[in-house]
Amino acid sequence: MNISRSLSRRMPSGRHLVIGVPFVWLFLFFLLPFIIVLKISFAEADVAIPPYTEVYTWAENKLSIVLNLGNYIFLSEDSLYLAAYLGSLKMAFVSTLLCLLIGYPMAYAIARADKDIQTVLLLLIMMPTWTAILIRVYAWMGILSNNGLLNSLLQSIGLIDAPLQILNTNVAVYIGVVYSYLPFMILPLYANLVKHDQSLLEAAADLGSSNFNSFWKITVPLSKNGIIAGCMLVFIPVVGEFVIPELLGGPETLMIGKVLWQEFFNNRDWPVASALAVVMLAILIVPIILFNRNQAKEMEGRA
Amino acid sequence: MRRFRFSNIMLWVGLLFIYLPMVILVIYSFNESRLVTVWGGWSVKWYVGLLDNTQLMNAVMRSLEIACYTAIAAVALGTMAAFVLTRVTRFKGRTLFGGLVTAPLVMPEVITGLSLLLLFVAMAQLIGWPAERGILTIWIAHTTFCSAYVAVVVSARLRELDLSIEEAAMDLGAKPFKVFFLITIPMIAPSLAAGGMMSFALSLDDLVLASFVSGPGSTTLPMEVFSAVRLGVKPEINAVASLILLAVSFATFLVWFFAHRAEENRKKAIQQAMDESTGAHLQAGPDSRRDPSQVHA
Repeated sequence: MNISRSLSRRMPSGRHLVIGVPFVWLFLFFLLPFIIVLKISFAEADVAIPPYTEVYTWAENKLSIVLNLGNYIFLSEDSLYLAAYLGSLKMAFVSTLLCLLIGYPMAYAIARADKDIQTVLLLLIMMPTWTAILIRVYAWMGILSNNGLLNSLLQSIGLIDAPLQILNTNVAVYIGVVYSYLPFMILPLYANLVKHDQSLLEAAADLGSSNFNSFWKITVPLSKNGIIAGCMLVFIPVVGEFVIPELLGGPETLMIGKVLWQEFFNNRDWPVASALAVVMLAILIVPIILFNRNQAKEMEGRA
Repeated sequence: MRRFRFSNIMLWVGLLFIYLPMVILVIYSFNESRLVTVWGGWSVKWYVGLLDNTQLMNAVMRSLEIACYTAIAAVALGTMAAFVLTRVTRFKGRTLFGGLVTAPLVMPEVITGLSLLLLFVAMAQLIGWPAERGILTIWIAHTTFCSAYVAVVVSARLRELDLSIEEAAMDLGAKPFKVFFLITIPMIAPSLAAGGMMSFALSLDDLVLASFVSGPGSTTLPMEVFSAVRLGVKPEINAVASLILLAVSFATFLVWFFAHRAEENRKKAIQQAMDESTGAHLQAGPDSRRDPSQVHA
């Protein structure tokens, strides 16, 4: 006990330390990098190590800052990039909607199940989120391919004559995205739905409200925060998704995460990749702030 | 109760949708045939073949090592962040702090990966550190985004805690550090275990961040799997994937089991303490300040 007491006396005040350590870490490794991305998006690609030109130079007592807007102009001129952004947004929007439509009833059923069954069901929902997205997407490659399980099954029961081309199309990407992100929709919805006061629904039923009417007018509005959290947890990461379109998508699948990856790894054009990231962040900043506000409300809770 | 039934059906269909592909993957990993879509009988030859693949085994060891370090660091960092968010209600930059903690949860991985790599490159130019990218830089990247998950899990637990126990310890003269380590930590232990396990799994699974911030010679397991998967479905990969699936499921189950048991014991202990205190309480006469039923809340 003496050790801990003398330790606590020597500490620069626990409060500052507890706030300071995570703050400095997150500032250094999460916030600061974005500023560097912004800087490099104004640089020019160069054959050097690292492969970009300096934005600031200091020579002969002159500080010169060269902001090269070329990358942004390049992005706006090539319609490929615009199409990729729009493709990503459409993909994210549609799959968020699908996840909500499938996930809401599932979360509702879990929240209404017996307490003991609830923990088991939650575990079943949570387990896949801990398993590599790569492997779960890979599992679909075997199922959806031209000579894969789904096509063999459909052919053997005589529903189709020739195999359907599903793998390497947008349909496969939708399946993969909904499959991978469904748990992220269900968990916040469940956390919200399980807190609802059942007596409200009983009161509504006593006053003659139909089940659907009570659900639509009581349960849905009360679960607003859960819906926002779930939708943001799906929408924002899907916009930048790389693995799923790369493995399941085809030439028609234009998504910005994949384009950024190619610019960076295949073309080694770091400035253009940075500019792509800056624009993506600018698009996502509103949903991210919305999500953070929502989380802050949840986290503060009773504090 | 039509809606109720509909949601139950959706739940079972949804669970089937989630688990069927994984079950199929595991079954096909025991397929004798090299053609992945033709069933040629049961065999474990793909698993046996894995052991000879030293490149893959090295990647596995490297990934496990990074995942261990990540779990430890993310739990420490995430718990601190959660503590600040739930207990320190007012300080300068609190909104920014909250944003920094929760944003990594949703930030697309390509952005985080690219920005961290550019940071490391800039730092190497400026101060000569990190001299080369590898396990250390991957660990930093993983710790940053895993600690956000830990913070969410732990803060949920911290909010549920009965503050009066900590206050009682404080009233009896315990220093904040002592209260934290002797009272708070044991009470949030299950969520710490869950957070640590989650970080371990997330780190073991991550492909995008690791691809950006790793250097030559530090290929992790997902990177190894990804480069093979890009070329199509292969029986060896089926075996690796099944092993990862089984390992993660088993570990998840273990954590859940122990957390569940700890929770049951805690409830039993509270119940017992309450029975005893109400017994003593009845003899001593009513005490208006402490209502035992509130311990439940």
